[in-house]
Amino acid sequence: MLTTFLLLPLAGVLMIAFLPRTREHEAKWIALFVSALACALSLAIFVRFDRDAAGYQFVDRFEWIRAADAGFSVQYIVGVDGLSAPLVLLLGVLSLAAVLVSFNVTFRAREYFAWLLVLETAVAGVFTSLDLIQFFLFWELELLPMYLLISVWGSGRREYSAMKFLLYTISGSALMLVGFLVLGLAAGTFDIEQLTAQPPSDTLLPLQAVFWFVIAAFLVKLPIVPLHTWLPDAHTDAPTAVSVMLAGVLLKMGGYGILRIALPVLPEQAHDARVLLAALAAISVFYGAVLTLRQRDLKRLIAYSSVSHMGYVLLGVAAMGSVALSGAALQMVTHGLITGLLFIMVGLIYDRAHTREIAELSGLMHQMPLIGAATVVAGLAALGLPGLAGFVAEITVFLGALEAHPAATILAVFGVVLAAGYVLWAVQRVFMGARNERWSALPDFDAWWERAAVAGMLVLVLVVGVYPRVLSDVVAQGVAPLAAMLAGPAA
Amino acid sequence: MNLEAFHFIGPAIVLLAGAVLVLLADLATGRRACVRPLAMLTLAAAALYAATQAAADTGGQAFGGAIGVDRFTIYVALLLIVITAAVVVAGEPGLTRVAQRGEFYALLLASTASMMLLAQARDLVAIFVALETTSAVQYILVGLGRDARASEAGLKYLLTGAIAAAVLLYGFVLLFGIAGSTSLADISRAVAETGDETRLAVVVAFVLIAAGVGFKMAIVPFHAWVPDVYQGAATPVTVFLSAASKAAGFAIALRLFYTGLGGGDTPVSADWAKLFGVLAAVSMTLGNLAAIQQTDVKRLLGYSSIAQAGNIAVGLAAVATGSTLGPAAVLFFLGTYAATNLGAFIAVIAVGARVGSDELRDYAGLLRRSPGLAIVLVLCLLSLTGLPPTAGFLAKLYVFNSAVQGGEQWLVWLVVVAVFNTALSAYYYLRWARTILLDEPLDPAPFQPPAATNAVLTAAALGVLFFGIVPTPLIDAARSAAAALA
Repeated sequence: MLTTFLLLPLAGVLMIAFLPRTREHEAKWIALFVSALACALSLAIFVRFDRDAAGYQFVDRFEWIRAADAGFSVQYIVGVDGLSAPLVLLLGVLSLAAVLVSFNVTFRAREYFAWLLVLETAVAGVFTSLDLIQFFLFWELELLPMYLLISVWGSGRREYSAMKFLLYTISGSALMLVGFLVLGLAAGTFDIEQLTAQPPSDTLLPLQAVFWFVIAAFLVKLPIVPLHTWLPDAHTDAPTAVSVMLAGVLLKMGGYGILRIALPVLPEQAHDARVLLAALAAISVFYGAVLTLRQRDLKRLIAYSSVSHMGYVLLGVAAMGSVALSGAALQMVTHGLITGLLFIMVGLIYDRAHTREIAELSGLMHQMPLIGAATVVAGLAALGLPGLAGFVAEITVFLGALEAHPAATILAVFGVVLAAGYVLWAVQRVFMGARNERWSALPDFDAWWERAAVAGMLVLVLVVGVYPRVLSDVVAQGVAPLAAMLAGPAA
Repeated sequence: MNLEAFHFIGPAIVLLAGAVLVLLADLATGRRACVRPLAMLTLAAAALYAATQAAADTGGQAFGGAIGVDRFTIYVALLLIVITAAVVVAGEPGLTRVAQRGEFYALLLASTASMMLLAQARDLVAIFVALETTSAVQYILVGLGRDARASEAGLKYLLTGAIAAAVLLYGFVLLFGIAGSTSLADISRAVAETGDETRLAVVVAFVLIAAGVGFKMAIVPFHAWVPDVYQGAATPVTVFLSAASKAAGFAIALRLFYTGLGGGDTPVSADWAKLFGVLAAVSMTLGNLAAIQQTDVKRLLGYSSIAQAGNIAVGLAAVATGSTLGPAAVLFFLGTYAATNLGAFIAVIAVGARVGSDELRDYAGLLRRSPGLAIVLVLCLLSLTGLPPTAGFLAKLYVFNSAVQGGEQWLVWLVVVAVFNTALSAYYYLRWARTILLDEPLDPAPFQPPAATNAVLTAAALGVLFFGIVPTPLIDAARSAAAALA
């Protein structure tokens, strides 16, 4: 089932590749069909996931490279647990939304949709791989489509931003690979399940160094201040759908990597590093929020808010209790939904007004009441209003982290205050105020695909906000063994 | 001496006979058209011969132990034949500046034969003779052509090559002095018993030898000839040097250092492992830094091949640990690198033949002008960078893993340098890929490379993808070849 989920987008790529040049405009329909199927499949995986059974489910495996005596056995193993199942669903939903909001892409549409689908496969591989080398393979596979998507279909300084994204990511993953190889030598296997069951105790490098090698790539991806500077650039210059994917699922690769690999394989070292991680998290939340306040470009504003919001994920990780870890896992999903939605909204505004300067926009509520309403709901969710998705995750992180890291948590709570400030201020400047004649001709939603993407995401934000147990039940299954393991060194 | 001795060097004899036939045919008919098929036929016969040797698992020594055949030599021989065949099949469009077709193909075959003998040599004298024959043939190959650039390149190659040979000979003489024998087996025993009084002599010997073979491998600081020769020689010759000559260089380095200088437990091997570690780190860093600044794609590939030699040398450094992991990784890397580099260079030939230039900007929008060619080239660039799902990804992974498996901390730091170099190389490889895929073409006219070029490009692309997804057959072959070294 998971293998099908991985291969489905690639099948779409093949179909697009064999599309005659004269029928290029049909690429989007193929992409829509394939990503809708993948979304349905991810929903099926999520629904059929057994919340009461422990361990990985839907496992497929075979030996890929056999050279055990040479220390180079690589397996293909995919499986999901409570940590990855929600992310797989998030990926399915956001990929579909990304295809929908790309329906107006006409410039080299064939290649565009093909790369978007390759991206989906790569991220799906990261979320489901249970072998370190296979994980690394998919981690690297994500680079090229992302680089090309920003570099070609982006705007502004797109070449610079794309290259910056590439170099930051690949440098981070370079260290990660060394960490993986050292772990593989010590344990004699790259199988994540076996590594988790028996964390290696004696490696070539000090274990603490291995921990930082491995987590470096994840911290860059998350991203954490001061490794975050690629993110605003990449977001600002990326096309809407790519921003949705970037904020929605690609950043989660960082958080997921920490929860799947860094913590369970090196629990003692993670425990030793928890204060430093909490400090980094608090700085990210707070500094990210301060930077967000100062932004004048709507898209950049949301990009910086991501830095701040992903700080909560790391704060939850640093607390290492079961509540905080659940909060971190939830925050990844809710942030993916909310920020994905926000980027869609900004894209819609930009498509109409052709500017993202907050100072130039005003009174848009008059022209586009529906877009305005949807943006306000998404913004309120982002600042953590109860009843919407963001609240549940943030409050869980804070509750879980308060005891372990009171100072960091309190600083992070100020981040929420600032979030209220920048969200409401931006909404007020862009949507409220008197009718602005310059924008009088702007339409509201005018295409079915815009409405479909936004409506679907809004429903999910509401559902998770009102009834968070749909998610938290599943997350709990994944967090339980992790929390139990981390409780060991703490005691 | 019995006939079996000649059976052992059969493929090389076939190639040499073919070379003579090519020359005679060229003389007799004076027609260009007949030499290329003859060369292809010769290569096919030699490949068949080597394949039967492989199937029969031929092994043994001849000529008083100076020449041997085992899985390692057969692996190298097949690799060299495949590379040469690709050059013969697809090189024609790049030979516009070369008038002497008969000589070109004859020299190509002779050079391949002597490199195969080089891999088979197990005696310092045999090694030196094979190496010098190889070089002499290659000096002429580089100089073939009707313009000053080729002549300059040929002379430069000759001069640096002569110095390298002299240095190598010094090293050999020292080894002979220590061991009292030119046989690698004897030398290996003598080196293993090295006491403190002769240790310095051994160290000096292997430093000189590393310099001599480093010239063939094109690693820093023995690389100065590479960019000029790569740019000046006819492109098919450049392909041949970058793939075949490099493979032969690493093959003889494996033989000399692993068999002769005791890979494994001797104190000496720990010394030369560190030497190769330093050379690897310097090679890849300088190669990549220089490649970033290039606008001529042949020079870019020249510097990139220096950097790649650094990656392969990481595997050589791992050889010292005595396991066959390092050699297996080197051989696997050489195999995938041949496919990758052939694909990239032959695409460059095809574009150069059409555009008349090797400037990076002439690759703009290649995807729309010649989609198949562009896709193969991009695939090869991904493989050179080491991104999945290409063979280059696994090759780097295998080499780096073999170094880490060596179980020494300094090897891990070497890998750290190597992985950051991968990030550095991504900058220029992917910038090139981007130019091909996305920039607006200067001249939008579409074009089709010749059918023969297409065939080789397709084969290279399939190789790059196949070994990236199903690497086990090649890994198994490389491992059994490496096992034969021990």
